[in-house]
Amino acid sequence: MSAPATTEAKLAAATAPASPPLAEKIKIKVDGREVEVPKMMPNWQGKLEPTTMLQACQIAGHEVPHYCYHPKLPVAGNCRMCLVEFGTPQMGPDRKPVLNQDGTPKVAKAVLPYEPSTCRGAIACATPISPGMEIYPNSAATKQMREAVLESLLINHPLDCSICDQAGECKLQEYSVEHGQSQSSFVEAKVHKPKAVDLGPRIVLDDERCILCTRCIRFTKDIAGDDALGIVNRGSYNTIAAWKPGAFDNNYTLNTVDICPVGALTSKDFRFQMRVWFMKETKSLCTSCGTGCNIIVGSREEKIYRYEPRQNDAVNACWMCDHGRLNYKWIGRGDRLKKCGVRGAGCGVTDSDWSTVLKGVSETLAKAPHGSTAIVASARQTNEELFLLKKLATKLGALTDSVPRTGQGDHLLVDEDKNPNSNGARLTGIAFTEMGINLPKIAEGIAAGRIKTLIVFGEDVTRHGLDPSLLARLDTLIVSDILPNRTTALAHYLLPGCAHAEKRGTFTNTKGRVQKFMKAVEAPGDARPEWEFLHELMHNVTGQNGFSTIEGLFNQMAAEVPGFAGLEWAKLGETGVTVQI
Amino acid sequence: MSFAVPATLEAQLDELVTHYPQKRSASLMFLHALQEHFGYISRDAVEWTARKLGLQPINVYELVTFYPMFRQEPLGKTHIKVCRTLSCALAGSSELRTHFCSKLGLDAHKHAPQTTPDGKFTVEFVECLADCGNAPVVLLNEDLLPKVTPARADEIVAKGKLK
Repeated sequence: MSAPATTEAKLAAATAPASPPLAEKIKIKVDGREVEVPKMMPNWQGKLEPTTMLQACQIAGHEVPHYCYHPKLPVAGNCRMCLVEFGTPQMGPDRKPVLNQDGTPKVAKAVLPYEPSTCRGAIACATPISPGMEIYPNSAATKQMREAVLESLLINHPLDCSICDQAGECKLQEYSVEHGQSQSSFVEAKVHKPKAVDLGPRIVLDDERCILCTRCIRFTKDIAGDDALGIVNRGSYNTIAAWKPGAFDNNYTLNTVDICPVGALTSKDFRFQMRVWFMKETKSLCTSCGTGCNIIVGSREEKIYRYEPRQNDAVNACWMCDHGRLNYKWIGRGDRLKKCGVRGAGCGVTDSDWSTVLKGVSETLAKAPHGSTAIVASARQTNEELFLLKKLATKLGALTDSVPRTGQGDHLLVDEDKNPNSNGARLTGIAFTEMGINLPKIAEGIAAGRIKTLIVFGEDVTRHGLDPSLLARLDTLIVSDILPNRTTALAHYLLPGCAHAEKRGTFTNTKGRVQKFMKAVEAPGDARPEWEFLHELMHNVTGQNGFSTIEGLFNQMAAEVPGFAGLEWAKLGETGVTVQI
Repeated sequence: MSFAVPATLEAQLDELVTHYPQKRSASLMFLHALQEHFGYISRDAVEWTARKLGLQPINVYELVTFYPMFRQEPLGKTHIKVCRTLSCALAGSSELRTHFCSKLGLDAHKHAPQTTPDGKFTVEFVECLADCGNAPVVLLNEDLLPKVTPARADEIVAKGKLK
């Protein structure tokens, strides 16, 4: 291979994952079928380590059941559920492989030293493969080991599935169907452990359901960096505990609820709210900061019940912060803007409909002299919406900007930029590197009477230097928002918009990852996705044709905006594509 | 805070830490020393140990709850350990412990060590005290008592009450 010559190739080399291009392969047999697997594979931190039997089985298409193993956590090997029967090539005294009569290497199954008729299984999660190894994930001995392990894990389990929040997404349930027995052979009294333990402000622990896999302990110690949990007492009385009640309180605690393979750790916010099998799952993004964690929105009948992280190794791995996860309730607020509004002469805003409002806005904008309009957009809007607003701004000669929103970041996922799409606002040309730099100029333009029309999307500009007395000097104030605020109260035209969970679109995160999100729930009342009515407005004002589908709109944006060049909606996939910023 | 480790003990423990490749390895020795000094391991002692060794309290608490030799409550002045392993069990150690409990007003059905409300006695079952030939055996504070009869038990209780 020649050295990378073009800047593009250099960039690709710099952003490529850490795996070497020429990975050494090992031939092994899984369930009688020969497969070639890499000798080394990324461990939980992404560092290369010898490939484990569990990883090799996954490559071969065999899922080895497991509880304590998690691809993003250090291997503990304590649940024993992934025990498998295996064999290795037999070596003769001359250190040469012993051959069968047909010339193939003889494979000796691992057995107990003094009991050669009994299989000696190995835990697939922590045992590296070796050349010529044979793994038997479906053999009778493997199944027997799984059944025994599962039975032992269930000995003290309360089997209260009917009232357990984990029911429906519980590994204990799933494996019981596959590897369990219909009747328990346990006749003794079950050990009773603490119930409904207040582990932290967002977490409740049921110690009786716990199978002591230690995923939560490893997560909080090794990922969140808060060594808050441990196992106290011994033997059958082992329990997960924090030092003080309620002490498990970092910004990532709810991830332990996701990775808990059973119903031991439950979210105070979600528990007893909804049976998981009733919920619709929609792939979406978290909007609480510029990281853009990939999420799954769980909803039923147009109500959102929870956010859960969705794996994207380029962004958030399997995690998200508690703040972002719980920041969904505003979407269902009762005071959402549900009606279009028009300000009558001398009185307040009265309810209207889309045809009236869009006609009024279009006529106002069409008549507005070049340069007499300004646009304050929001970096919480999608790339497509900002793109349409920019087209409108170009036609109107409008000054544009969006509102910066910064706060504290952390070592893991929380970004200092609290807008989900600051880079989208920059790439579409709505805002500049220093976001908000034009806001004083807009205020000045309104004060001087140069700016007569102001378009505001998703921001309460009275909190950002455009106070109500200044807004009163405008001829026309066009506002689109989701929740009422001081700016919406002053609007001449009010256009109710949608939360991200109610529409489709894309955001560009702080690192330039362009990611799409899907619609989970219907918007309340007459509220419509902003890109839909912006498309109509843009057509009415500029006379240009556009696309009435999000796919077409995105592809048009990619063709016209240099920052998004080469992108296609269909090629974004579920985890997005990174652009240079 | 009433919890205070004497300067001499703290100096000894600081020196002890230097014997180990990592500070954490000294955890058990710290706990033994603190229990010897205070009689039991209080929550303050756990926090103090964690602070000294650069650990979280839960890391130390795991050890304290794992080992039965560590006490989280103060002991009685007379500490009665009754052996319950095979030889003693055959020689009536269960009855002996029940006898102690009923004499002292303790609940013989409780599993864990029990201390009388006046703080004079603690009674518990322990595993083998390595004197099987003299079953049933009792370890009274630091003294090993062979072939303890109910009458001998009554003497122990009577003597303990005077302490």
